[in-house]
This record gives sequence, C-alpha cells and structure tokens, in this order.
Amino acid sequence: MRKRAPEPSRRQAGDKSVAVIDEEPGEAIDSPSLDQEAVKEAQKERLSGLDRATLIGIYHEMVLVRRFEEKAAEAYSSGKIGGFCHLYIGQEAVAIGAISAIRKDDYALTSYREHAHAIAKGMTPESVMAELYGKAGGCSKGKGGSMHMFDREVNFLGGHGIVAGQIPLATGVAFATKYKGTDQVTLCFFGEAAVNQGAFHESLNMAQLWKLPCIYICENNQYGMGTSLKRAMSFQDIAEKARAYEIAAEFVDGMDVLAVREATQRAVERARKDYLPTLLEVRTYRFMGHSMSDPGNYRTRAEIEQHQERDPIKLFAASLKEEGVLSDAEFKEIEAKVKEQVERAVQFAEDSPLPAAEELFTDVYANPIVPGKRD
Amino acid sequence: MAVVTMREALNQALREEMLRDENVFLMGEEVAAYEGAYKVTKGLLAELGDKRVIDTPITELGFAGLGVGAAMAGLRPIIEFMTFNFSILATDQIINSAAKMLYMSGGQFKVPIVFRGPSGSAFQVSSQHSQAIESWFSYFPGLKVVMPSTPADAKGLLKSAIRDDDPVIFMEQERMYGNKGEVSDDVEFTIPLGVADIKREGTDATIVARSLMVPMALKAADVLEQQGVSCEVIDPRTIRPLDIETILKSVKKTNRVVIAEESHPYFGVSAEIGSQIMERAFDYLDASVRRVSGADVPMPYAKNLEELAIPGVDQIVAAVREVAYLD
Ligand SMILES: Cc1ncc(C[n+]2csc(CCOP(=O)(O)OP(=O)(O)O)c2C)c(N)n1
Ligand SMILES: [Mg+2]
Repeated sequence: MRKRAPEPSRRQAGDKSVAVIDEEPGEAIDSPSLDQEAVKEAQKERLSGLDRATLIGIYHEMVLVRRFEEKAAEAYSSGKIGGFCHLYIGQEAVAIGAISAIRKDDYALTSYREHAHAIAKGMTPESVMAELYGKAGGCSKGKGGSMHMFDREVNFLGGHGIVAGQIPLATGVAFATKYKGTDQVTLCFFGEAAVNQGAFHESLNMAQLWKLPCIYICENNQYGMGTSLKRAMSFQDIAEKARAYEIAAEFVDGMDVLAVREATQRAVERARKDYLPTLLEVRTYRFMGHSMSDPGNYRTRAEIEQHQERDPIKLFAASLKEEGVLSDAEFKEIEAKVKEQVERAVQFAEDSPLPAAEELFTDVYANPIVPGKRD
Repeated sequence: MAVVTMREALNQALREEMLRDENVFLMGEEVAAYEGAYKVTKGLLAELGDKRVIDTPITELGFAGLGVGAAMAGLRPIIEFMTFNFSILATDQIINSAAKMLYMSGGQFKVPIVFRGPSGSAFQVSSQHSQAIESWFSYFPGLKVVMPSTPADAKGLLKSAIRDDDPVIFMEQERMYGNKGEVSDDVEFTIPLGVADIKREGTDATIVARSLMVPMALKAADVLEQQGVSCEVIDPRTIRPLDIETILKSVKKTNRVVIAEESHPYFGVSAEIGSQIMERAFDYLDASVRRVSGADVPMPYAKNLEELAIPGVDQIVAAVREVAYLD
C-alpha cells in the first residue's frame, strides 16, 4: 500500500520539518483494498515476517476480547452491568493491532468504547469486568464504569465519555513525554464522528506545529450512533484531512490486524525518532449496536452481514491456518484458554465487594484541603 | 385532556409550535432520522420535512452558534442537546453569544432560541453523563432557565419558551421522560415563564423542589402527612427569572422551608433561593432554611454509590422533620 505525502506546493524539496511519508506529491492517499484475495495475499506476506509467539499472542488477544464482550453483553442483559455499555465486536483488529506495535510504557487513550483497548494495553480482564459490574475490584474502583476504564500501571489513561474529549488530552500526554525527553509515544483512539468536533482539528494543528509524538487513530466504523458518516461529514476521506495540518497520514484496512500493526509501527517510528504525529484512518465496522440499547434501524441486516464476512478474527484465523501457524487443535486450545480467562474474570467480578459507602467521597481531590487550616 | 408521558407532551409542544410558525426549526444530534436519542422528536421529520428537522454532526459548539446566528437573522431555532452534558462544549456560544447579544448590541439583536434536552442524573452513566448544571446557566443575565416536572408543565412551558424572544435553556430530566400526567390538547395552551406552581398546599412547612425532586417532595409530603406534618410543595418551574414571591408567600405561612435539588449544593440554585428567603422573610422563619442536595462529588457509576449521591424521599422527610423540630 502506498502512502502519500501532503500536497507539497508550500514546501521546499527536501524540507524535513514536515512529515513526508513519500516523495511523490499530489496524489491521493490510497484507500485500503477490500479485495478479499488481495487482503489475504497481503496478510500472508506480513505473517511471514513475524515469529509464531507474536502471531499467537495477537490472535489470542482478539479472541479474548471478543469472548469477554460477549460475556459482558450477557451480564448486561441480566442486569449485572448498568448504564451505557458500548461493545467493540467487529473492531478488534484495530485496538489489538495498534497496541501490539507499542511498548508497555507507551500511552493509550480512547473513547467510551474501550474494553478491548484496556485489555490489550495490559489491564486484566478481571479488573475490567469488575469495573463493568461496578465493584470495588474494578480498575476505577467501580466509580467509572464501562466508559471510564483507567490503569496507571499500564499507562492506560482512560476511557472518555465526551466525543473527542480524549483527543486534546492525548495531545497533552504526547507534549509531556516530549517535554520530559522520553521516547514514549501516545496512541489516541477515537471514532470517525469525533472528527467533526473542533477538538480534533485543534489538536492536529498543535501536534504538527509543536511536533508531538501522538498517533491519532481514527476508528472509522462508518456510524456515529445512528448517523452514517455520509450524513454527517462533508468530505469523508478522513486521512486526507491531515493535509490541512501537514500531518503524515494513512488509510488502513481495519479488518486486517497485521495491517493495523504495521501502519502503527511506521507511525511509532516517526514518533519515537522525530517526535512527529501521524493520523491513521482505520476502516472498520461495528457488528453490534452503538450501545446495548440501540434498535439499529439505521442500517440493514444485509449491510452488517456483508461486513461480517470480513470479520477480523475469521480473516486472521484463516491466514494462520493456511500458513500452518496454528493447527485445529491449537485453535481449540486457545478457545479453551480464553473461556477459562473470561470465566475467571466473571468470577472475580461476582466475588468482588461493592464499593464501600465512604468511597463516595474519596478521590474528589488529590489534596483535600481543610478550609481555614493554615500550616 | 389526555394522559400522556413527559416525552409525548414535549413532542406535542414541538410539533404544535413548528406548525404554528414556520420560522421555528429543530436541530440537533439524532433528532431527525433516529427521532431523538430519547424519542422526544418522534414523527417530526416525517411530518415537517428535513428543512425543519435537521440532524447535525457531533459538533455542539458549531450548531449552538449556528442557532444563535440564525436567531439573530430572524429564525426561531430549537437546538436539542442529546443531553445537557454535551451543552458544556457549547457554553461559549450560549454564554458569550446568546446571553449577551441583545445587551451588547444596545437592544438591536434579540436571540429567540431554545436550547433543550435531558439533564440531571440518568441511570448509572457515571461522572460525565450524569450532572445537573442548571446553576451555571441561571448565573447569567440574558438567559432564561426552565425545568418542568410534569407533562403538562413540560408542554405549556416549552410552548412559551419557543414563543419567547430571549434565549431559553429548557432542561428536561432524563429519568422523567416516561412519567405520565394529564395534558391539554388545546393548541393555545401555554404556561407563562417565571410563574411558580404550588404542587400541593400545606400549612406546616414549605418544600421548594424542581424537576426530579418534585415527585420526591410530593411523596415526602405524603409520608409527613401520616406523621402529622402538612407540607406545601412549591415548584418554581422557571429558575431564571425566579418567582420568589410565591415562595415567600408560602414561607410566611408555614415559617419553615426545605429546598430540595439533585444538583451539587455549592453555589447552586438552592443557595440563591435560601439567601433570598433570608433577606426577605427572616422574621417569619421558625427554623433555619434547610437544603437537601446531591452529594458534593462527581456522579459515581456503581449502583450503590449512585443511590447515595442522589437525594431521595427519606432525606427530604428527615430535613422537614428537622426544621419542624420533630427529632
Ligand atoms: C460531545 C458529545 N456529544 C454527543 C455524545 C453522545 N454520543 C456518544 S457516542 C456518539 C457517537 C460517536 O460516534 P463515533 O465517534 O464514530 O464513535 P463510535 O461510537 O462509532 O465508536 C454520540 C453522539 C457524546 N458522548 N459526547
Ligand atoms: Mg463511529
């Protein structure tokens, strides 16, 4: 897949101060090919470059978050989980592909659709499930819920509920890492509908202006709640918008986990070495409703089924099988292991106590002040 | 008269006013094709068309400001926030533009606009999606702030808000959309802004309650009646301008007052009401003004903590007993 640089008219040849991914100017950033055969071929090629443990690790994680969320949906239906619960089913290749390309000490921030990112970033399924249950053992002590997972240990800086709210935050995290002179990078995940918020545009401008090592990953699942991208965005090639800020950008096939991984790796290199931001537009699809209470009549069953043919887990499994990375028995072993992991998470959540009543008043301030106290 | 839900009453108000005045249009996220995230705008797109009922991108600051501009140029926009939590992104346009335009243009540019949507606590949606922010808007001269507690009030007040020539913040309560009540079907039925309603008459104590706290106050009054305490329940309905006279009249009769609200206590609506009572009816008070407010913390997700954060009937009963020196 070729990647194109921004329109060069205002740039001197060889000027390295702007992000250039390719020398050929003026051409459109390529869309990912959705041709099944081409995708398979590309995946095979990528596969051959990776060791078995990595491949198995990625696959295992994809299955884990899928089964985890299926279980969460069940728990929601039986009233164990409340509020909003936004499932990620169908989009797993994005979070897992991208996060597989970074280090443990790198940062990630997301929207409210973040169970998979949290787990991929290294949070335990136990702490995520317990948070969904609103229990004391949850990663945010039961105070945050589905939309607000956090874990300082693994530099997962949250689940955010306001569309686009996390984009300036991630930009600030990248600012801090550069300020401190570390080589950490920040992944910032958001939906395509967030691109219409000013916060997105303001952040991209600052990130390129100040050369911040932030990787903006737009998970374009084509809908913001019941509104399709076409009904909400005048110009829908999101990666192309990067030109307005001279930020490097790529379109990525979000159903191909290794394609996401590779694109992220390229962005990571740019960020670590040169403190440069990147915008990745990752084309994906959500198989379930926007949240658990979505009647879904803004799209057809047929449309969903068409995308389900490119289920990222099935696609990856097929390549692994064809290339002989995993045998049928090994696939089964992974399923069994995952089942056990999910059961353990549910058990942990069930057993975890409710937050104590005093917790209502803790964590409001890091430094609670007793008014009038002078020393 | 028919018994309808709050949701239906609001829908009727929108429909009737849009049919009445073609300069009224409705804009917001998911208001048209999806018929509203809470189905308040059901059927409007089909009946009125996409010139009048408009789905927006998720871009609150932009469409709030667009609404203000359209109002300056002669239209009467109704801007729906999917919830008032997201109005926070639009506060610049609401406060710096809508609230001040008439004044800073020396009376030349009025801004007849309604910003409406659900507000207050919802069910277990945690800190960013569950907050009562009426005191913010009430702070600003130039804005009017309305909070209905019954379907009839919702309909009558929304119609008045749409007909009003000033920016009106119209806050519905997310938990109350399904509440039912009798509502007039006369298209000329309106309820004036700035008039409080006595929801229940009583002689021993006054409970001032708005929005979600009104049904709770009424339940508390039932409980207290059993205990021999007769409560008067007053719903200001409009927070700005505030019908303080109706409240004072009641306080002068009962000599005791409890103000119930789901919002945070600090610098809030109850502080203002309490202060005005102290200034103007101090000599009539037999006990200090007592407030019952939401916990002074962001809203937690866990169900048990959420229950502790939102005031209920028990707290109102206890507060009334306290001002009546019964405990
Ligand atoms: C500022 C703001 N406006 C509206 C909402 C309500 N809302 C929650 S998710 C959503 C759709 C967002 O779509 P997208 O960004 O594409 O992410 P996706 O849900 O598809 O992952 C909306 C409108 C919100 N949370 N925040
Ligand atoms: Mg989307």
